[in-house]
Amino acid sequence: MSELTISRRGLLAGSALLLVSTALPAIGFAQTPKKGGRLVLAADSEPRNLNPAIVASNGVFFISSKIVEALAEASFDGKDGLQPRLALSWEGAADGLSVTFKLRDGVKWHDGKPFSSADVAFSALQIWKPLQNLGRTVFKDLEAVDTPDELTAVFKFAKPTPFQLIRNALPALSSVVPKHLYENGKIEDNPANNAPVGTGPFKFAEYKAGQYYRLTRNDAYWGKDEPYLDEIVYQVLPDRTSAAAALEAEEIQLAAFSAVPLADLDRISKVPGLKVITKGYEGLTYQLVVEINHRRKELADLKVRQAIAHAIDKDFVVKTIFLGYAATATGPVPKSDPQFYTADVPTYPFDVAKANALLDEAGYKRADDGKRFALKLLPAPYFNETKQFGDYLRQALAAIGIDAEIVNNDSAAHIKAVYTDHAFDLAVGPPVFRGDPAISTTILVQSGIPDGVPFSNQGGYKNADLDALIVKASETLDTLARTGLYKEFQKKVAADLPLINVAEWSFISVARDTVGNIANNPRWAVSNWADTYLAG
Amino acid sequence: MLSFENESSFAPPVQRPFAMTRALRLLRRRLVGSAFVLLIVVIGSFLLLEAAPGDAVDAYIVSTGGDAGMIELLRHRWGLDQSELTRLANYLWALLHLDLGQSVTFSRPISDIILERLPTTLILMGSATALSFGLGSALGIYAGARPGSFRDRFLSIGSLALYAVPGFWLGLVLIVVFAVDLRWLPIGGIETIASGKTGFSRAADVATHLVLPVSALGFIYLALYLRMMRAGMAEAWRQDFVLAARARGLPRRRIVLAHVARNALLPLITMLGLQSAQMLGGSVVIESVFAVPGLGRLAQEAVAGRDTPLLLGIILVSAVLVIAINLLVDLAYAVLDPRVGAGEASA
Repeated sequence: MSELTISRRGLLAGSALLLVSTALPAIGFAQTPKKGGRLVLAADSEPRNLNPAIVASNGVFFISSKIVEALAEASFDGKDGLQPRLALSWEGAADGLSVTFKLRDGVKWHDGKPFSSADVAFSALQIWKPLQNLGRTVFKDLEAVDTPDELTAVFKFAKPTPFQLIRNALPALSSVVPKHLYENGKIEDNPANNAPVGTGPFKFAEYKAGQYYRLTRNDAYWGKDEPYLDEIVYQVLPDRTSAAAALEAEEIQLAAFSAVPLADLDRISKVPGLKVITKGYEGLTYQLVVEINHRRKELADLKVRQAIAHAIDKDFVVKTIFLGYAATATGPVPKSDPQFYTADVPTYPFDVAKANALLDEAGYKRADDGKRFALKLLPAPYFNETKQFGDYLRQALAAIGIDAEIVNNDSAAHIKAVYTDHAFDLAVGPPVFRGDPAISTTILVQSGIPDGVPFSNQGGYKNADLDALIVKASETLDTLARTGLYKEFQKKVAADLPLINVAEWSFISVARDTVGNIANNPRWAVSNWADTYLAG
Repeated sequence: MLSFENESSFAPPVQRPFAMTRALRLLRRRLVGSAFVLLIVVIGSFLLLEAAPGDAVDAYIVSTGGDAGMIELLRHRWGLDQSELTRLANYLWALLHLDLGQSVTFSRPISDIILERLPTTLILMGSATALSFGLGSALGIYAGARPGSFRDRFLSIGSLALYAVPGFWLGLVLIVVFAVDLRWLPIGGIETIASGKTGFSRAADVATHLVLPVSALGFIYLALYLRMMRAGMAEAWRQDFVLAARARGLPRRRIVLAHVARNALLPLITMLGLQSAQMLGGSVVIESVFAVPGLGRLAQEAVAGRDTPLLLGIILVSAVLVIAINLLVDLAYAVLDPRVGAGEASA
């Protein structure tokens, strides 16, 4: 396991460097960290709720991870891929019924009150478990949090819960908010949700709707000499083309989360003083997936699904749609994941003749007009790339005699059409892999999920074997055995194709050369930026 | 004051007290009519929005995901589990008390959100309208002074070309040239972030930020006024009173400005009223390109977020704006052309 991890990480670093080398001469940061300065960066959306303990999403983390800290953050080289934040250590009991966290001493909230285990207990029981979008699943069996002393929090679970899952969930799901500000009144209506108070390196200063968010240095931060920056300003730039222009005009110094469109990267990388960085998002992988409505009798036939998989030229998709800034996918766990990924799954090389033969075999012969049957295809509108892949898929399907009609919707309408009304045959979706298949991946193929749950199996797919495997993995405590089960899971999904994984991509940052310590952890854009600095 | 009422419209200078009463009557009649217009606008928009697939919760969970329980909780908290009719009735009832309600996605009072953005949009729209009207009609006079001349043809074709340019594209070109290459002007936003400027220097800062968006918005509509002015003047040149003026030996400059241009001005004023509504629409695009925090962008966000009460609030405020502008236009009309005012007043 560990051996595999190392070799795969080396491989990944290599491929990332390959990508980077085309765009930028050197990624090493020769400058020495410098104190002070205001970092201005582009923000393309304005989250309504900035409390990351309630809304664990990248849009919220992008801003509030600098203010509110989690128990641990992802790391390239730390044990279990983690580095300590508010927790110094974490230990799972063998029976899977408890996890003990030792907390950092001498940490203060931005309002000066001391941070203690009571805050962790409160956040876990009152927010993560009942209110948080992801925590409601992962912490569903959390029964109590004991606080034997100020710096120890013991999570007690009603049912055995894999320690590996809790560990993997820490960076995204464990943001701690101050009990003393939240214990009175309704948590959802708390004013601190819009002006967060945390322990992080930066304090929330002001928000001007439609204009900017401003964070200022927390002088009492626990990190020695940190943070380096005096201020972080998120300038709201709703138009994607303006981020590139703002970088060129030196009005902003950083555009993260691919705020600069892929098509502009080639040009922008040649602008002196700007660098294109593909690292720092390894822990935030998006998957390009063809969602399938198994209620359609044609699509319920495995041969038809295999034919569609063979009809898609994944290399072409990566090269043409993602301009190389992506990887082809083999199954439901991305290659970039260091713990669970296996390449040992059935694959579907691009082969139109084979796809046609499979469809003939399945009994869907071409009619006189060359068409076998017609489909409704709904590409998700959230990313340019999902829309472009929709256009590509329509052509790819036409080549094997399937006539796909593209239905374009805006986000709200797409969510309703696919996940509530099931008014689709094929859909293109970008689910997120969050470091553990149990957080938001198995739900994509598991049966018995109520209508209306987004990014879940709403295609009517039901496979008792797979369901049993998912349940078993969720109860398996041993890390090695659990990892093995998820490898099995990948094989089964790739074999039965409840959905088709096409590619995996992450985001890209463009920054001025003066911005230092960029991309030094796998969730960099949504981490605390305590060591980010501006040189010169 | 009273005796003027039945006098012929030839009495040239309009007296102020007379204009006041007329204005008040016009205002009263307009207000009654407007209330109905607004009611229809509100109910119509509500039904249209409800017909759009997906609700505020659908729009919200795009970025968060969530399980069935959380989604149900959200629908309940945002009042989306009530029937359409109940929500419409509640909204109208609150509206009757001048309460625009609470935005479901911003979780703030809608009147606050709108009031925050309204000044920006008003400044943007006002300046752009002034630019297109002022420059458009001036160029129109220049072109119309000699219909058929080279400068007339040049300006007409040039302005049409500008009119054909999509707003966002013109905006981007302006950004690339003036903000990226020349670096004379800021790329977007309404003022320098956290600059701490006050008073005059802040006003100057805002003005600098508005140059590009106002130009992008104003230049597009410039053609309308130019063409209209020019056409009106070409028409007026053929009128008898112009012939009479020339026969009297008036200087050409005076004929152009006082006789020809003044007569061509009236339709432009009408256009100004109509255009104000279009400007609101055009500002959606321009506000996005230049990251100006105005009502247009807010409306776009409200639609994307399926925030019905917020969008209704914006539509309502916009409708009031358009009604008010048209009222002003009518009043201006009454001042500029006594015949119109007399008709309104006695009707």
